[in-house]
Amino acid sequence: MNDFETILRQLERWLEVEFSMKDVSGIARDIAVLPKKDQDFILVWTQRLSAAHVQIATLFASQAPDLTRRIDRRLIEAWVMQSLDAHDCNGLQAAVNILREVDRFVELRHEHTAGIVLDDVRGILLTFARGLSGRHLLLDVSEDAWTDGETLYLPAIVARMENAEDNFILCKALVAMLWAQGHFGTMRVLFEGFLADYPDQDRALLYFNRLETLRLQACIARELPGLFREMKRLADEKLPTIWQVYAEFLSSASASSHDSLALLHESLQSEMPPPVCYQCALRPDAVVARMDREKALLRIKLSELAESLQQQPDKSRQFELKENQTGGTSEMELVLDDMPVAPPDNVKQLLSSIMLDFGEIPPEYLVAAGPGEYDPDLYRATHKDPDQVWQGTYHEEGATLYPEWDFGRASYRKNWCVMREKDVPFVHDDFADQTLARYAPLVRQIKRTFEGMRDEDRLLKRQSQGEHIDLDALVEALSDIQGGSEMSELLYARLYRAERNIAVAFLVDMSGSTKGWVNDAEREALVLMSEALEALGDRYAIYGFSGMTRKKCELFRIKRFDEPYGNAVKARISGIRPQDYTRMGFAIRHMTRLLQETDAKTRILITITDGRPEDYNDNYRGEYGIADTRQALIEARRAGIHPFGITIDRQGRDYLPRLYGPAHYVVIDEARTLPIKVAEIYRRLTV
Amino acid sequence: MTAPDKLLTLTPQHIAEEPYYQATSGEVALFEAAYKHRLPMLLKGPTGCGKTRFVEYMAWRLKRPLVTVACHDDLTSSDLVGRYLIIGGQTVWMDGPLVAAVRSGAICYLDEIVEARKDTMVVIHPLADDRRILTIEKRGEVVHAPDDFMLVVSYNPGYQSVLKELKQSTRQRFVACEFDYPDANTEAGIVMRESGVPIEIATNLVKFAAMTRNLKGNGLEEGASTRLLVHAGQLISAGLTPAAACQSAIGEALTDDADTLAAVLELSSSLF
Repeated sequence: MNDFETILRQLERWLEVEFSMKDVSGIARDIAVLPKKDQDFILVWTQRLSAAHVQIATLFASQAPDLTRRIDRRLIEAWVMQSLDAHDCNGLQAAVNILREVDRFVELRHEHTAGIVLDDVRGILLTFARGLSGRHLLLDVSEDAWTDGETLYLPAIVARMENAEDNFILCKALVAMLWAQGHFGTMRVLFEGFLADYPDQDRALLYFNRLETLRLQACIARELPGLFREMKRLADEKLPTIWQVYAEFLSSASASSHDSLALLHESLQSEMPPPVCYQCALRPDAVVARMDREKALLRIKLSELAESLQQQPDKSRQFELKENQTGGTSEMELVLDDMPVAPPDNVKQLLSSIMLDFGEIPPEYLVAAGPGEYDPDLYRATHKDPDQVWQGTYHEEGATLYPEWDFGRASYRKNWCVMREKDVPFVHDDFADQTLARYAPLVRQIKRTFEGMRDEDRLLKRQSQGEHIDLDALVEALSDIQGGSEMSELLYARLYRAERNIAVAFLVDMSGSTKGWVNDAEREALVLMSEALEALGDRYAIYGFSGMTRKKCELFRIKRFDEPYGNAVKARISGIRPQDYTRMGFAIRHMTRLLQETDAKTRILITITDGRPEDYNDNYRGEYGIADTRQALIEARRAGIHPFGITIDRQGRDYLPRLYGPAHYVVIDEARTLPIKVAEIYRRLTV
Repeated sequence: MTAPDKLLTLTPQHIAEEPYYQATSGEVALFEAAYKHRLPMLLKGPTGCGKTRFVEYMAWRLKRPLVTVACHDDLTSSDLVGRYLIIGGQTVWMDGPLVAAVRSGAICYLDEIVEARKDTMVVIHPLADDRRILTIEKRGEVVHAPDDFMLVVSYNPGYQSVLKELKQSTRQRFVACEFDYPDANTEAGIVMRESGVPIEIATNLVKFAAMTRNLKGNGLEEGASTRLLVHAGQLISAGLTPAAACQSAIGEALTDDADTLAAVLELSSSLF
């Protein structure tokens, strides 16, 4: 049992009472009366939270004693984690709001335990939708589920069902219903516009939607019977008699949106049954806007196409669309002035999208836009970059966001590090030449060694099989037979084709602590290494890293993989200057990504540092930084990359085995010897 | 140079039973015309759409023996042409499959030709134009192809690797025929016939295949081929549930990516 005094002293330290002058004895007293395991639970979390922010920790500690009595511990943890996430993404105030509204959190706990968060299933749902539709659909968040035919909108959290499994099925059902809107013609009717005939347009749209939902349900039952079984389980609806008649009528395979329209007038007289859980909303204005935009885009693209093809302006601007049959497959082909034109990919996409809307391309869509008819910029700007949604990270003015591992929470801090790639400024001096001159004997030796490692095509003799006969071996074998001994079977020669397929990335510490000897040694080492790798022919890249807090994580390009080694690279190596701190996780994560993008059989990441990871006033120092770096290296290894650490830190032996694993690091005692050793280390690594 | 005493050669085999093949457009007539005029053929198309089966069928139909070589990245010209072996202290020439096919007037089918090393192409060039000869350098021998010999190669243009492009000097020697997956009804018929599943299941398998083909380039490198559908159908006939069959025969075969796989399985479970 922790006594009051111990608890009080701990709280005073973690909550920095020294500065805040706040009285925490009340909190300590509340905690002191709890059972030991509750006390420990609260104290551990208070300490962890104090690392994020004292105010968060204080708010937690003051509420926790009461909460442990009435709420499950897992739920308390979920609540704390959510506030930490909010703190990471949106700052202190967001975290405080969540901590203050603990009861609301408990009310909504259902959403957090059984709800499906769209972000978590985005990849699956998007692939699901694209598989169904064959269109390059996008997925985004909105209050309710609807679509304009280009983007599917779904709520951020779907939690209407009891458990997570059913909620996921509901997500799938919503996606299928949205797909059905386009596939089975609802959208086409929306585009044609029918609401003008009705005095109460909103009500008419609601009724139309309800009728269409009945029809689309039946379509899904026919097309996706497996899904429909599940949908029926989610909502087995009881319709009023008259609506049952409608449902039956609309369920026939030949029913179309126009049948729903035909029923609309009559149905308005009756009371509408409540919407079924997977019913989506209809937004005719958005659909019309999207179709208009596609029409404009197509016509603008066609006018660009016409301009690039026609010498004189003012000729025919009417394209024709023909289907071109070649060997069993049909392809769309545009024809202008009797000349066939292969449509570029973006035009093809537009054509197939419009084709899906209308079942054909209306001729007026194929007239190239006249000058001034549309403002091209206006339409292009609204066209979203599909990568933004598809990829996990989003790009923000050239910055990439990376997560960071928090060992205390045992989870990632999302989008925590704001990383930017920069070029090292050129310094055109004779640093590289001087280095080469100073180490001239070493350079010669390195070049010889590395050229020797260079694998080449060669004829392997005395093989058990091969395309040629090895005559020397044969003569020997025949004389063996004459001599009465057994004949060797290794009589063939085979051409061996070398494939040394290695990409290596060097990640160099550019923190302030490298100032002086270490920086010089690093630069010299890079010059020698580049010479060696040029001799060897391996692909390589060199990047430097430095950071000051998570908001300013910088990766300095010194040499990209596809860049030749020349004066520019030499000038950048010469220009490497010590910057700020050694925040390492983001740099390793980014290099992992770069290495993954290169096509090589073996991928190696070599880090050269002068000490343990640390950052300015940010808790990155110590265990946190090591844990994050370790996690980043584990991620790299999982991605099939071999990380290797070289460090000039005699204390490195304490933590390096944990970071890189045994035998995957080297400690260099003397910075001066770095240039001499790096090439040798690399040679050993790759033979 | 004198030829060595011994010479070994394979005897290409005839195809005894009619292989099942469902023609989709004019490919049979095209092949027969090319055969008649001694033109080599290039079959293009995604994996598992029936190229190999088509060649087997044509060999049966034209009553020619068939030699099939599956090309791989270590396939050298000697693997096609032949090599010397030493047997009991004697050098013996062993004909490669291509020479064996030429000598016996067979149909030689080089499957996935782009996989082979670039130097192998040079061997087939004189065979693929109007000279129709094959030079065996090591023996100083020139083999003239008889009229009933035919060279057929296949390649899959779907791979995006630049290394796997067919050179113009090679491709311009061939009569090309593009293969694609058959239309839905034909494909369902093929799946039914080959795996013995009822029509409803075959139709759903074909629908599922169309969905995965929609995902080509969006998470999948290739959509499900007809061959995979037949596999799934066979598993279903053997008593597996459609969901399990689709997972093992199609989903897992298409991708290792967990998210894409999950989505593909959701698609199949929606159908069955």
